Amino acid sequence: MSRIREDYEKTAWRRLVHFINGDEKDMTEEAGYEVETEATTQRIHDEFFEEAEWNHRKEKADTMLSQYEEWPETKGVVYFRKLYNLIAGVICVAIIALLLITAAQLPSFGGTDNPASNEVAERYIEKGMEETGAVNIVAGMILDYRAFDTLGESHVLFLGVCCVMILLRLDGTESERVKKEAESNDRIYEPKNDAILQCVAKVLVPVIMLFGIYVVFNGHISPGGGFSGGSIIGAGLILYLNAYGFKKTGRFFTMKTFSVISVLALGFYAISKTYSFFTGANHLESFISAGTPGELLSAGLILPLNICVGMVVASTMYGLYALFRKGGI
Amino acid sequence: MEFIWNFPLFSIVACLFVGVISSVLGKKAARILSWCLLGAVTAMSGAVLYYTISIGGSFTYMMGHFPAPWGNEVRAGVLEGMVAVLFSVIMLFAVIAGKEYIEHDLPKGKQNLYYSLVALLMSSLLALVYTNDIFTAYVFVEINTIAACGMVMMKNTGRSILAATKYMIMSLIGSGLLLIGITLLYELTGHLLMCDIKEAIDVLVESGQYQEPLTVIIALISVALAIKSALYPFHSWLPDAHGYSTPTSSAVLSGLVTKAYIFLLVKIFFRVIGWEVILQYKITDILFVFGVIGMIMGSVNAIMQKDAKKMIAYSSIAQFGYIYMGLGLGNIGGIIAAVFHMFMHGAVKSMLFISVGGLVEVSDEKTAWSKLTGSGYRNKVAGVAFTAGAIAMIGIPLFGGFISKILFATAAVDNSMVKMVITLLALAVSTMLNAWYFFKAIIRIYTPRGKREKAKKPTWLYVTVMAGFIVLNVFLGVFSDVVIEGIEAGIGMFV
Repeated sequence: MSRIREDYEKTAWRRLVHFINGDEKDMTEEAGYEVETEATTQRIHDEFFEEAEWNHRKEKADTMLSQYEEWPETKGVVYFRKLYNLIAGVICVAIIALLLITAAQLPSFGGTDNPASNEVAERYIEKGMEETGAVNIVAGMILDYRAFDTLGESHVLFLGVCCVMILLRLDGTESERVKKEAESNDRIYEPKNDAILQCVAKVLVPVIMLFGIYVVFNGHISPGGGFSGGSIIGAGLILYLNAYGFKKTGRFFTMKTFSVISVLALGFYAISKTYSFFTGANHLESFISAGTPGELLSAGLILPLNICVGMVVASTMYGLYALFRKGGI
Repeated sequence: MEFIWNFPLFSIVACLFVGVISSVLGKKAARILSWCLLGAVTAMSGAVLYYTISIGGSFTYMMGHFPAPWGNEVRAGVLEGMVAVLFSVIMLFAVIAGKEYIEHDLPKGKQNLYYSLVALLMSSLLALVYTNDIFTAYVFVEINTIAACGMVMMKNTGRSILAATKYMIMSLIGSGLLLIGITLLYELTGHLLMCDIKEAIDVLVESGQYQEPLTVIIALISVALAIKSALYPFHSWLPDAHGYSTPTSSAVLSGLVTKAYIFLLVKIFFRVIGWEVILQYKITDILFVFGVIGMIMGSVNAIMQKDAKKMIAYSSIAQFGYIYMGLGLGNIGGIIAAVFHMFMHGAVKSMLFISVGGLVEVSDEKTAWSKLTGSGYRNKVAGVAFTAGAIAMIGIPLFGGFISKILFATAAVDNSMVKMVITLLALAVSTMLNAWYFFKAIIRIYTPRGKREKAKKPTWLYVTVMAGFIVLNVFLGVFSDVVIEGIEAGIGMFV
């Protein structure tokens, strides 16, 4: 850094700087502060703390504060809000009308000569079972024909949990207040040893779990699959947690369980699907076969992928609930 | 079939996989893994680019055992390769240069999750670049939206969470409109694969069927992607989201995320709806008007900002205005200029955000201009990078901004009289305004505070990356012929 000239403030360059900055006064004070002698500094200091000045400023601040407090009630804002609501309403109605008109002009629902009933849908329906081995065409479509989309979709779930963890997970670095708040939240909203809830949960939870597992395992044979079965299992876990508290669920489901499940399931998903994409695109022989449609162990990768998705969804649901409740799993 | 054909798949899946793995690693391991990942992705994208240039064409890659209309498909041509290389390079630079800020700004125990978000965001960017299927694009738009919001919110101050909420709301409105558009498009054409939709639409336009729904679809998709890429009247989320997040997030958000949506829009215009149809439906004129308004208003707002990061964020809005104006010109020259400006802005803006992060760091973490006085002496590397970025942004020769402004002007001259006059005037005014606030900023950071400043000693990694950024920008300026040729060839392959 170069040395500063004594008359730096008066140079043409400096005036240009002021001109460009447009905040002449502010800059002079700030930059000029250092070159002033000690006496002037003292004087400014004194002036600043002069009592009259101080009172004047305080009064000014008070009026400003009251103005600020009255601000929401002043008329202009009220009018602005009314206008805002009106415009928002008009735009909403216009968009609704536009979309309704558009919908009325679309091809009729379910018509046989619609553009949507073309060779794509035809092949899914006619050859889906043969090609993917899944009796449930939907499972065949999402986990085999268009598996890449579903790969992305399952990562959306994971990403959702990641973001909730970033926001809500307590990892010991928070202030005492935050911790206490989270704890008290948990104590207030947690039903404590509710006899009715526990009785019902005792009967229902095993049934819900079994049903969830059934839906996952039969995803390729009957309606269902990883997403729906996983959410059933997740709901069962949440019910169990509500009835018996974190002490009981903590024995088999902790943060570690959650990480292991999501990493293993999503990792398996990504790797197995990459293998399948790779062999498919390169026209290589794949050792995964479609099997006999209708059997439990058939439909190639669809069953394992359903299990993976189911595990991810179940642990995600439970994890989200636990994170919102106490800031940890 | 070459082995290189697999690279788009490998790079996308590697990003997804690393994203998941990073969530259980320690922060250091996650960081190193993400650097390695981004390096590998850059190399793979480079290979794809080299390959497509050498064969002079594009290739489609079947995702799985079923050919295109039934299964998914990705496609890579010269333009896709270029965008992928640029995105991965900028992401790599932003993550490496932002290392210290990430460590400083973000909660200690959760930094590995940030690298998770980075990897997943990268996967979505690559998927948006390579995809040949419009629904796959939507799925990865979702990933992109959530990951970007997570990156803003992660700083975990009140303002950044508010900014992320704003961003989330606007971005989800965009996603919703895009989804409605895609659904209607499927209803009319029965396809999700880009080339098949285009064939079906050509038939529809010729026979004159379903004209109104088609108009609505074009409008919905354009508005959706305009909201997501902050075209002027939909920009309200951007200044906060860019201003209150950690420098890496700001750089990635303005340099890459918004660009991916613009690229998707270009792709939809050319490969889904068809450029002829787009011109016939006059959507370009509307984009042109809003682009021009954005150019001026963004710059005016930037001048009024007292906050450094917000000034740069408003400057981004002006630059998005340039890009939409280029698209709106309605000729191939305009498109090339817009895509080139997209490259240039991606490289420059991410460098500006990272370097402002450096300037803010040595000014007691204050972002107000009045506190940044003389910060160019305290952090010399960041100061130099900021200056380079600012003059590139204004459009001084040797840097890309100059070239893109020339391209806009020449494209405008080929156009109708009204558009030509408006474009040239808007370019002149906007450039003046750009120069105004950027020179103001440069003078501010090099105005001594009056005492001898203590300079911060930069790490060699930081210096290397910032040098890389400057080289990238000079490359875009000096070897612009090569880049423009590539863009031209890439757009030729679109049709």
